[in-house]
Amino acid sequence: MTGVETEFTPLQSLAGGVLIGLSAVLLMFFQGKILGATGILSGLIAGTAPGDKGWRAAMVAGMIAGPLLVLAVTGQMPVVDVPVSWPMILAGGFIVGIGVTFGSGCTSGHGVCGNARLSPRSMVATVTFMIASGITVYVIRHVVGG
Amino acid sequence: MRFLSAFIVGLIFGVGIAISGMINPAKVLNFFDVAGTWDPSLIFVMGGALVTTFIGYRLVLRRDKPVIEEKFQLPAASAIDARLIGGSAVFGIGWGIAGFCPGAAIPALGSGKIEVVGFVVALLAGLWVARAIRDRQTGKGAVA
Repeated sequence: MTGVETEFTPLQSLAGGVLIGLSAVLLMFFQGKILGATGILSGLIAGTAPGDKGWRAAMVAGMIAGPLLVLAVTGQMPVVDVPVSWPMILAGGFIVGIGVTFGSGCTSGHGVCGNARLSPRSMVATVTFMIASGITVYVIRHVVGG
Repeated sequence: MRFLSAFIVGLIFGVGIAISGMINPAKVLNFFDVAGTWDPSLIFVMGGALVTTFIGYRLVLRRDKPVIEEKFQLPAASAIDARLIGGSAVFGIGWGIAGFCPGAAIPALGSGKIEVVGFVVALLAGLWVARAIRDRQTGKGAVA
């Protein structure tokens, strides 16, 4: 299962990254909170206080509206190409859910917000999940998939 | 104000994920495939997000308090333990299998692709099961 080439997009990726950072800064400005997708979702499904669910749902709605706004402005839906099988999609999702709960965060919470705060925990988490993901992709594409 | 600001924050995040390419698992998996069809774009996503947040947090955290809440809620945990490293390693494995992390999968739902719905349902199931295990181990766990 080797990959299919994707175009190198440094400027768009940089601009997108700046927007991701801006959203994290704005959440700290308004609500004083770290922007972590794990925490947002986890709080939605957990038995947190009723008043705590509304803003999370509003944020998730905003996130989902993001690519639709891109579609409205540019006339093109951003490419979402899932190059793996259904069993891998489902297993991957479940494994990610387990990992981010015990690891207390993911790419947004640790990778962006925690590292920006120079949190040693987040730095260790980020290095760990980047290496684990790299090894996994290598094994799937070049060892198993050959 | 609380809902509106949360929606706008989510919208900016979702647009960022979309135009950065993080929304596309093919691109994310290629970032990790240094030995194959490598696409280094995600270094620029991480770089742009980190520099912006690093500078922005320093400006915002000079304030006495955020606009809506009474105080800043910064994570207090500092332990670098087996749970942090093991959990992060497991997350990385799942990310490498499917190509989606949670923050990329939520905006990707906007594409309407059924594969994304499948991933998010499995993700929620994993979150739910892991919370149940953790709460049983520790009594009542705090929200991550």
